[in-house]
Amino acid sequence: MARKMFPSVPSAENAAFWAAAEAGTLMVPKCKSCGKSHWYPRALCPHCFSDDIELIPSKGTGTIYSWSHMPRAPEPYTIAYVTLAEGVTVLTNIVDCDPKALKIGQAVKLAWQKVEGGPQVWVYTPA
Amino acid sequence: MSIKGKAYIVGAYEHPTRKAPDKSVAQLHAECAAGALKDAGLTKDDIDGYICAGDAPGMGPINMIDYMNLTKIRFMDSTDVGGSSYLLHVAHAAQAIALGRASVVLITLAGRPRSEGQATGTAPRAGNPLVPDTQFEQQYAAVTGNGYAMVAARHMYEYGTTSEQLAWIKVAASHHAQYNEHAMLRDVVTVEDVVNSPMVATPLHRLDCCVISDGGGALIVTSPEIAKSLKRPLVKVIGAGESPKGQLGGMVDLTYSGAVRSGAAAWAESGVKPADIKYASIYDSFTITVLMQLEDLGFCARGQGGKFVSDGNLISGVGKLPFNTDGGGLCNNHPANRGGITKVIEAVRQLRGEAHPKVQVPNCDIALAHGTGGMLGTRHGSATLIMERE
Ligand SMILES: [Zn+2]
Repeated sequence: MARKMFPSVPSAENAAFWAAAEAGTLMVPKCKSCGKSHWYPRALCPHCFSDDIELIPSKGTGTIYSWSHMPRAPEPYTIAYVTLAEGVTVLTNIVDCDPKALKIGQAVKLAWQKVEGGPQVWVYTPA
Repeated sequence: MSIKGKAYIVGAYEHPTRKAPDKSVAQLHAECAAGALKDAGLTKDDIDGYICAGDAPGMGPINMIDYMNLTKIRFMDSTDVGGSSYLLHVAHAAQAIALGRASVVLITLAGRPRSEGQATGTAPRAGNPLVPDTQFEQQYAAVTGNGYAMVAARHMYEYGTTSEQLAWIKVAASHHAQYNEHAMLRDVVTVEDVVNSPMVATPLHRLDCCVISDGGGALIVTSPEIAKSLKRPLVKVIGAGESPKGQLGGMVDLTYSGAVRSGAAAWAESGVKPADIKYASIYDSFTITVLMQLEDLGFCARGQGGKFVSDGNLISGVGKLPFNTDGGGLCNNHPANRGGITKVIEAVRQLRGEAHPKVQVPNCDIALAHGTGGMLGTRHGSATLIMERE
């Protein structure tokens, strides 16, 4: 059973990102002005303040940058930063895993988790 | 223009309570204010500046100023950067005093997380959807515990730091707390006690985490003229720095904190260097918080924090850098889940020679206090303060 999550409240600023997520595609914003990707999504590039940003579908692969398991939570879970193939590092959960076997640097792949009352969200599993 | 030598800390008071179900938060703020005024030898009507942070009930400083009926206020500030707020409040007070905008500034902190039963570091809370990161993060249940734990995990990966080395930080704090009659945890603990305590957020154990306590503290900052007219030892502000750090647009790097920049500013302004510091108050929400700050402030080389602490360097009378001689947040007190003001208070005690005799650092003439507020692993504030006994 998936852990119960607080539902996200998509902002108007990020409507296109969330529409893609609902359709099963994780978008990573990339600035056409400076060429850099960023995370989390926003209207102005956090590297150069340009508003000329395109959403690029993520390849769905990444590696664990760091993680922590919460064994005493009512529903134990694992939080992590995952560095995506696109170069940005994303806060997420690692699911369907043995937390004792997780390692920094380990390859993971994208999965989607349904959330009651909100859009589905991106999580990762060992590749 | 610098604040060096422009302001003195003349009042410092830590509320003795650690559990206050019968008091209000506003009352705790006011009791701390009264305690700091008495310590300084000043009265309420001397106060013309007031600073608080988000723990103070009301709109910024307005409601507390009215509650205490401070009628001469001409400078106010409510910068809230979590537990680090009160360190930069001292710097902001010093700036106002240097500019002649205030002459006696009161800073208060108080809260009752223990009485209110907050599982502060482990219970996920729904975020404010207007905060821009909430919609992308709250679903993953980043709580204080795992937000710091990911920093520890990365430090272990990068530098081979061990849980046993982190445990030495708690061991040192407990050695100091045994002499503090007000400390929540007074038992001396061993490395084994720490690493065998329940795992809260891998790799952090329960004893890697600070206490949850009710209480508060207050400080009085004033001009050189007023400070020299009082009967208290002179504790001069000689340098300060503040810096935020976040996720850098997705270029997350957990191997350093905002202390790199806040520390550099404070070293530059004060003209002193890490080797000059006789005592340090280092924010200890978790053991890893201390380790990161020791490296970021330059007390040891990057990656060498584990060795530095496991050599006993933090224990007063034993090591090179006695820290948190009140027992710190790890053992003594973490009022309102914000440890910044107690960091300044214990540094003032050390500089005055008023710390417990068993932990008082001999000839303590220069001290540093540092705070890390918010969440080290996502976005946080850092504030560094350097003080000198005159
Ligand atoms: Zn850009």
